[in-house]
Amino acid sequence: MKVNNVILQFTTKIVFFIIFFFAVHIFFAGHYTPGGGFVGGLVTASAIVLLLVAFDLKTVRSLLPINYIYMVAIGLLIALGTAAIAMFLDEPFFTHFFDYFYLPLFGKTSLHTAALFDFGVYLVVVGVTMTIIQTIGEDE
Amino acid sequence: MTILANILVIFFISVGLIFIAVTAIGLFRLPDLYTRAHAASKSSTLGVMCILLGVFLHFWLNEGHFNPGILLGILFLFITGPVGAHIMSRSSYLAGVKPWKGTVRDDLKEEFERMKKEQGIK
Repeated sequence: MKVNNVILQFTTKIVFFIIFFFAVHIFFAGHYTPGGGFVGGLVTASAIVLLLVAFDLKTVRSLLPINYIYMVAIGLLIALGTAAIAMFLDEPFFTHFFDYFYLPLFGKTSLHTAALFDFGVYLVVVGVTMTIIQTIGEDE
Repeated sequence: MTILANILVIFFISVGLIFIAVTAIGLFRLPDLYTRAHAASKSSTLGVMCILLGVFLHFWLNEGHFNPGILLGILFLFITGPVGAHIMSRSSYLAGVKPWKGTVRDDLKEEFERMKKEQGIK
């Protein structure tokens, strides 16, 4: 039965951004507090699943025209690339580097290559979760 | 200052606990799904919001740690709790759950019949 879903869709439009920015916060807070790439990726995927529940598969695909399988591949490449940087600098595989930078607006910030590795994990987790859910959802 | 902060914290957390206990009693005592959804959505949302506010005030006033995540959680619960209850009770109405036999008014019924006729179901 077709029903009018105004309340759910309007709430989703607001709540999606809350969940997504919370996921970004979890991702960047992962170095010093609980969180990180895995949890951030799962929360982002859950925000997209909320969109899938409120709207349908086709609408979400036109909203976010992402091929999630490529997303997994790019994430794996980023993770492998950050691990391989050290090999070109005469250090063992997976050696991470960090330094302090003075960014405008942020002030003194420590940037760490582990964040790039975490970003790879993030992309893989979002891609795998969304691939699984979309594949199950498509089956008629 | 500490006494005032502690009074606020204890007030909010105990009010939240009372509301959650009322929710549990309502879930046992009320006769059908819709009245239970009414009890469960309203009072438990308010109860959890009060407890979160108490926790927020404790960490802010006593420990000196301002945690905006808890405020975001309060906002999130305030938005999503009632919407979840709305979706659940509407889907159970569409699935054919009958209201309690003492119900005197059912405004959704006409709309439901009209919708069924429009889409040609049954």
